Amino acid sequence: MDMTDQDRMLLAAIDDGLPLVERPFAEIADRLGWEEARVISRLQALIDEGAIKRFGVVVRHRKLGYRANAMVVFDISDEAVSAAGDKLAALPFVTLCYRRPRRPPAWPYNLFCMIHGRDEDEVRTQVDEAAVAAGIVDAPRDILFSRRCFKQRGARYRKEAAA
Amino acid sequence: MPGGLLADPINQALLDRYQRDFPMVEHPFAVIGQALGLAEKEVIARFEALKQCGAISRVGAVVAPHRAGWSTLAAIAVPDERLEDVAALVSSFPEVNHNYQREHAFNLWFVVTGEDRRHVARVLDEISEKTGLEMLDLPLEEAFHIDLGFPLRWT
Repeated sequence: MDMTDQDRMLLAAIDDGLPLVERPFAEIADRLGWEEARVISRLQALIDEGAIKRFGVVVRHRKLGYRANAMVVFDISDEAVSAAGDKLAALPFVTLCYRRPRRPPAWPYNLFCMIHGRDEDEVRTQVDEAAVAAGIVDAPRDILFSRRCFKQRGARYRKEAAA
Repeated sequence: MPGGLLADPINQALLDRYQRDFPMVEHPFAVIGQALGLAEKEVIARFEALKQCGAISRVGAVVAPHRAGWSTLAAIAVPDERLEDVAALVSSFPEVNHNYQREHAFNLWFVVTGEDRRHVARVLDEISEKTGLEMLDLPLEEAFHIDLGFPLRWT
């Protein structure tokens, strides 16, 4: 289901997260000129519909001791990629898993997942486990460890003029 | 890592338990406080401290991709001596929410989010034009994960 403009306004109002005050939804409501109850019920509806995947604390893995973070990519045949993606996504150490287009010859990979670990060895071990679990040990793959984080925050949905 | 703050079991519980199912009620921090035996004000103060130390980026919504707009994952192969400058240019766009250096010939990876495809394409064009570097545009085609948050291990 598509979101309404009002839902987009609501999400834009919480781009940076909830204010850490006793009644955060009331403060968001004030910014929008809405009632507090409406803010809560619309957010709950977006959660129930799946438009909001989750609502809660967004952690920074590095600060919590998960120093190694890798984007792991595979080249899986078009027929097999969805089944492999479902299996990867079910692993506890895989935090995101997407199919994306290949861009040959520069970029041959079509299955992407994120793996966080305490160190690079732990991540490499988890990648091996993941390949076995998904039945893709023979597929071409690469591990792109992250080096520096230049920017991490919630997505902005508002128009530039309001940014 | 700010050890003291994160060694505290109550802070660990705040980080662990509330990555999802945040109480959607008028006084959410009071509800969390009841579950953990804390006053509402103390819960707020603890979240504030965790945010200050960088352990959490926010308490809020993680939106499913392409529900509220359009986004893509883009990558550029940047010569080492230009990495700082190109990374700063990329980060300067409000549409860019994640921007990481990764170990690969394509060494700068970032997510661009906008109102629609045209908006995102315009940002990519502008970055290409300003940097003159080859860019990958890799929009999501299928999502396999329901993000339930990340199970933290403290030892």
